[in-house]
Amino acid sequence: MAKRVVIVGGGAAGMQTALELKARGIEPVIVERDIELGGKARGWHKLFPSFTPASDVMRPIADRIKAERVRCFYGQEVTAIAPDGVMLRSGERIPSDAVVVATGFTLFDAHRKQEYGYGLYDNVITSVDLERMMNSGKVLLTDGTEPRRIAILHCVGSRDEKVCQKHCSKVCCITGVKQAIELKEIFPTADVFNFYMDIRMFGPGYEELYREAQQRYNVHFVRGRISEAAETINKRIQIKAEDTLTGRPLKMTVDMLVLLVGMSANYENETLAATAGLSLAPNGYYRAQDSFLGAVRSEREGIFFAGAATAPKSLADTLAEASLTASAVDEYLRAKFNEK
Amino acid sequence: MRNLNFGYGISSPRAINLDNNDLRKSNDIIREMPELQACIGCGSCTASCTAGNITSFNFRKLHTSVRRGEYQGAYEELSKCMLCGKCRLVCPRGINTRGLVMLIKRKLGDF
Repeated sequence: MAKRVVIVGGGAAGMQTALELKARGIEPVIVERDIELGGKARGWHKLFPSFTPASDVMRPIADRIKAERVRCFYGQEVTAIAPDGVMLRSGERIPSDAVVVATGFTLFDAHRKQEYGYGLYDNVITSVDLERMMNSGKVLLTDGTEPRRIAILHCVGSRDEKVCQKHCSKVCCITGVKQAIELKEIFPTADVFNFYMDIRMFGPGYEELYREAQQRYNVHFVRGRISEAAETINKRIQIKAEDTLTGRPLKMTVDMLVLLVGMSANYENETLAATAGLSLAPNGYYRAQDSFLGAVRSEREGIFFAGAATAPKSLADTLAEASLTASAVDEYLRAKFNEK
Repeated sequence: MRNLNFGYGISSPRAINLDNNDLRKSNDIIREMPELQACIGCGSCTASCTAGNITSFNFRKLHTSVRRGEYQGAYEELSKCMLCGKCRLVCPRGINTRGLVMLIKRKLGDF
């Protein structure tokens, strides 16, 4: 009989781990809280740094999940985790030989940074809203006109103790650069300003893209965090920041303000970790065994991690980690069942 | 009346106002030297600057201000530059900083 592994979460991490396990002759079972698979990548327009349509990456994975007949539970929430199975909210228990926690992250709620007026002012949107707008092919102001001046604010809900998000969300810098370029392509005569605290271009091709945004697309980068936004009488947004490189306060009016929202740890991590005997890192993400050889192992035998459950990660990192997780699970199950 | 001095005055706002600043010259400069936008504000130019080590000349601040449309005093300030070109040798983004000095002078000096 095939060994069975329950995967909590059917986003990119969960789906890819399921496929990798299946390829190793292990039976994966995905438990997804939503009514469909795909997680946060669903509805995303294009991926950094290559502008690959997100669907080009996610669709083949979803198709393979179907073709491989991976068993999935939809609309089911996991309430307790143990190495030998998970409990569902419905009271049903799914027994297994190991469990993979692939619960991902929660988007930072931009309403919490009230000073930027998300939900209050018409043309303040988040990076996720912009992605959906681009996906629908229509990026416009609420009155149906085209923006001529756009500000993109980095680190909303990241590196900010005021909202208890001390960590860096890692992917927003490059997303901001990517979206600035996309906006310049849609509106070549518009001025795009990126307000940043630090620009962290850690990945392959990221720094090159940053430079392209500056030099080829003439995107303006201003080092300084916007302190507040206010709506003008004609529905434009007035913003204030310090231009720290000239050491002077700066103010300007823009048509659209895009907030690059960060990645927060899931609210449920705490209770789930308690049922599983796991602990959390100070930023609320699951604590892995260590950062090196045990990055996909938990502090408990038989429970593993994949993707952004342990830290903010890009889609590329997440997909790569799925094979690590599958191989760690495979190794564990072989030892457990005394196989070679 | 105009010459009365009460010993105090009203300070004009220090903020850079991008709504009112005339960015035409700044856009001209960027159009002629697009790589200027690649500046990451590292300060290497200022650190290596011969003039900056003996006067208050700060090239990073100066060209950033010019890019924001703050031209006041920039032309005069640039006369402190001796065009030694050390800044160009150290710029990690490969900006022709010495050429930039001349470009700004040309655009702001109207010659």
